[in-house]
Amino acid sequence: MRVTADQTFPIRLELNGRSREALAEPRTQLCDFLRHDLGATGVHVGCEHGVCGACTVLVDGVAMRSCLMLAVQGHERRIETVESLADDDTLSDLQQAFRRHHALQCGFCTAGILMSCVDFLERVPNPDETQVRDMLSGHLCRCTGYTGIVQAVLEVAAQRQTNKGVKQ
Amino acid sequence: MTTFQPATESPTSHIGARQTRVEDAALLRGLGCYADDAAIPPGTLHAAIIRSPHAHARITSVDFSRALLMKGVHGVLVGEDVKRWALPFPVGVRQPMEHWCVAVDKVRYVGEPVAVVIAESRYLAEDAIEGVRVEYEPLPPIIDPELATAEQAPVLHEAVGSNVVNERHFRYGEPEQAFEQAPHKVSLKVKFPRSSCTPIECYVVLAQYERATGIYDVLANFQGPYALHTVMARALNVPGNRLRLRTPKDSGGSFGIKQGVFPYVVMMGLASRKVGAPVKWVEDRLEHLQGASSATNRVTEIEAAVEADGRITALRYDQIDDCGAYLRAPEPATFYRMHGNLTGAYAIRNLQVRNRVVLTNKTPSGLNRGFGGPQVYFALERLLQHIAVQLKLDPLDVIRRNLVPADAFPYRAAAGALLDSGNYQAGIALAAADGGLDELLKRRDQARAEGRIYGIGYAAVIEPSISNMGYITTAMTPEERRKAGPKNGAVATATINVGPLGDVSVHVSSAPQGQGHQTTVAQVVAEVLGVALESIVVNVELDTQKDAWSIASGNYSSRFAGAVAGAVYKAALKIRDRLAAIAAEQLQASPEDIRFAGGKIFVVNGGAVAPFHRIAGATHWSPGLLPEGENGGLRETAFWSPPQLEAPDDKDQVNSSLCYGFVFDICGLEIDRMTGEIHIDRYVTCHDAGRLLNPALVDGQIRGGFTQGLGAALMEEFAYGEDGSFLSGTFADYLVPTAPEVIEPMILHMETPSPFTPLGAKGVGEGNNMSTPVCVANAVADALGRSDIRLPLTPSKVRTLIGIDEPPRPAGMEPDENLDAVPAGGPALRANDSVVIPASPQQVFDTLLDPQTLAAIIPGCHDLVLEGENRYRADVTVGVGMIRARFEAKVALSDLDPPHSLRLSGSGSSSMGSAQGQAKVRFVELENGHTRLEYQYQVAVSGKVAAVGGRMLQGASKVIIGQIFTRLSQRVSGQAISTGWWARLRASLGALFGKGGAQ
Repeated sequence: MRVTADQTFPIRLELNGRSREALAEPRTQLCDFLRHDLGATGVHVGCEHGVCGACTVLVDGVAMRSCLMLAVQGHERRIETVESLADDDTLSDLQQAFRRHHALQCGFCTAGILMSCVDFLERVPNPDETQVRDMLSGHLCRCTGYTGIVQAVLEVAAQRQTNKGVKQ
Repeated sequence: MTTFQPATESPTSHIGARQTRVEDAALLRGLGCYADDAAIPPGTLHAAIIRSPHAHARITSVDFSRALLMKGVHGVLVGEDVKRWALPFPVGVRQPMEHWCVAVDKVRYVGEPVAVVIAESRYLAEDAIEGVRVEYEPLPPIIDPELATAEQAPVLHEAVGSNVVNERHFRYGEPEQAFEQAPHKVSLKVKFPRSSCTPIECYVVLAQYERATGIYDVLANFQGPYALHTVMARALNVPGNRLRLRTPKDSGGSFGIKQGVFPYVVMMGLASRKVGAPVKWVEDRLEHLQGASSATNRVTEIEAAVEADGRITALRYDQIDDCGAYLRAPEPATFYRMHGNLTGAYAIRNLQVRNRVVLTNKTPSGLNRGFGGPQVYFALERLLQHIAVQLKLDPLDVIRRNLVPADAFPYRAAAGALLDSGNYQAGIALAAADGGLDELLKRRDQARAEGRIYGIGYAAVIEPSISNMGYITTAMTPEERRKAGPKNGAVATATINVGPLGDVSVHVSSAPQGQGHQTTVAQVVAEVLGVALESIVVNVELDTQKDAWSIASGNYSSRFAGAVAGAVYKAALKIRDRLAAIAAEQLQASPEDIRFAGGKIFVVNGGAVAPFHRIAGATHWSPGLLPEGENGGLRETAFWSPPQLEAPDDKDQVNSSLCYGFVFDICGLEIDRMTGEIHIDRYVTCHDAGRLLNPALVDGQIRGGFTQGLGAALMEEFAYGEDGSFLSGTFADYLVPTAPEVIEPMILHMETPSPFTPLGAKGVGEGNNMSTPVCVANAVADALGRSDIRLPLTPSKVRTLIGIDEPPRPAGMEPDENLDAVPAGGPALRANDSVVIPASPQQVFDTLLDPQTLAAIIPGCHDLVLEGENRYRADVTVGVGMIRARFEAKVALSDLDPPHSLRLSGSGSSSMGSAQGQAKVRFVELENGHTRLEYQYQVAVSGKVAAVGGRMLQGASKVIIGQIFTRLSQRVSGQAISTGWWARLRASLGALFGKGGAQ
């Protein structure tokens, strides 16, 4: 599909399990599209150059910087944002652990960090602290000093391993 | 004074509990409401700011006619509009300086706003920046604060006539005599760099000017409003009630930095007035790093009169604060926030101070977590360490010998601080014992025995909190203060409302940015009123038109726990007293016997019981049956200002804060001899912040402050080129600590309640921002035996301190002296390279002189027009990293020595900044008749390209300059050079079909 710079283009995507569609210019950043056109304001924009990680979302299950993607690149993709993590009443295990370990203060970077953690724990179900810190190096948090975040991720990984053991 | 007493007989105490946070349920779901999430009125327009690429220049013209024709543009706000409608910002010292929200005649720092484009979307507004043409007449900049004090230095504000805009001398005790009598005088000169705690959320302002009422209605993630509301209202030239300022529920961090939103509140208010519609502005990261705010950089010469045992009898400070291009409120507060406690944790009675406030061509400085503390302690605690080295004493002994005695509290320090409570000796003993100092000392011995570089540093720090709003007037002389009228105190405000169903709501005037105020407030109210914590709703939004607020330092100066939570406690007591009177009548008991717990109000010792909601509801449902004097409704507001915060006296003594916590840190670190990298082995931080209201949140504050302190110590710096170019415009250039670089500090607590706050709590949020930079520096000084420690201690800096002998330059790599003639810019870089061309030197030389060739080989050249002999005007698009800009360039060939050498130079400017470069080209004939074209080049850039492209510059210029000569080679050897997209497409299609590409 070819579009010109000032033409808008209908973007269809699956956002948090729901099919959504809106118009976007070819240059519209994915983060802006998710926030302002689809209302997913849980996606936070901190640097717009791919360093701070606050805007991280899952695209087809993989953590991506939505500030470094265009809305058109989200076309016909499955996108999950922080709004997808909790059930109506219950926070996910990761969210609960963040709360227990005081892993957030202002909460601005948290949305992106949670999404990276979701992806990471899928791929590395039993990480050590070095791996967790390495994964977090793609995120900037100015409030917490990262301690609570590291503790929360390690605890959730351990819990999930235990739960898996029980099920088996 | 009232001190904290358990408010109920309930065994479950909320105050002091490690309560998880009320805020997290929304924040973890992505349901926070930050400023950019707020709904905007229909028809809201969006702003983009045009900023100066020059550090110092006169604005000769601003032409925005082309922008007005661009898509979606509604208007452009310029200096003339601002002059017509507004006033300059008031400043804290009496000097003829004008700071407008948009530059009116001169620009004085890179990034200073020059015009505001207002369009239908942020994208369109940013597009239209290209349509505004600003002509500048550059002036010589001054960047170094010491050089700025010189008489011949370029002056920023001509009307002042000097860059030193405020100078004060202070004398306490008999410092001259003490220095005369002292057996030792030890001095040190230190420099503290610029940095910022950089919140992850940038500034956001949504402004609407209501033409009918003349009210500016503004929503901003400002950390206020408080004292700065008056500054904004005066700049907008309206009474306070015509600036309605609102702050949203959530803020993505501030650390003081969001105080710097205030000029934009005024700017966007005026922008809205210009276009007659609401205007929204969301700052981007480059704008934030280069133009938002910064900690004040300081140069200090400090000297102590010292006895043989290390006891200090007098201190002398000579301090220069570099506040940037304008003295922006609350500056020069960086000096005076710490003034009363300049003698730190030490009982030093004789003190002499010289404070000079200097302006330079940098971003105006402002609040940054630790405000004033890191600068003072970097001098004072470095000096203590240096005294120990000079006198061959143990640094810890020098600290111990000078401490304020434990039985001396409250202690009036030399410059006027009334140190409220503490036991510094006990704090140090606790840190040494539980922190394992003996073991650390052994590790140092062992490491050194093995030839490794290991050091231990200490820092003893007084952490002031709850600022005296009058301290800033210490910048004025006593006579000036008398004329202006006294300023003192700091009013904290809280309101509690109990609804008809017994539901409790609280509002605090505090504007938090992540500290968990909703949680702690709920803890205090739950404890006093005996209701479930979860049932309480705490509102932390602020609306200056509807909410109770007053002049105070807001949430800055760590005043929440001591002052704001104290005001909440006072308001809760008022509600409780009223309810006790009502319950006493209904339950037929005396009010003193009424207790509150478990959602019930009851008579002590198993007496009558009533549900909380029934007694509270009576104030709404049956006011006629209430006791006499009870008017019904149940809402109480408490204003609290401590009497200890007096105005500075005629001897310039000032109790600059209400509370003074104590922090003692120990740092053990090892330095990699090869790389200069610092590995923190252990970091112990012991805090006495009075009574802890929620230890989990306190530890969170300490960890965060420690990490920022570590960043300031090791990596963070706002770097400026000699020409004033800002060089730290991305998070890849301005490095902040990430998870792998951070270690977990060992946190220790002791609690000496403050006698001056309602709950005995003191502030705790800033201590490590003050202590950690100098503690790490002291450890490095100890490790390397050096006294000249400069922050941040980057590996390259440490490597230089270790000392290395630079090997001689390899043969043939000597620099071309002529290349140094390129004017100093931002990051100048030099390199050389060569390419072999299958043609004779004469052929190559002639080809290069051909204009058509030149147009074809300059990458991104759209147009090349001959201006004179071998001089051209060109239109060139160049990309560096994420930046791509169209430059109006000048290209010239000079120093022609056919067919041996020539010089190719170019310079250009664009909306992204300016660039200049030159290459010395040599044509060396090879044996086969071909030519080796050797080129040595130098490039300098400024403006936005320098701020965000610095890291990429080396690679980008290599590629771009390499392209010039590769294309030349292709052209000479007869291969076609294609420049248009069609040619590129043809070439790639050719390559695809195996026909060989043209490129």
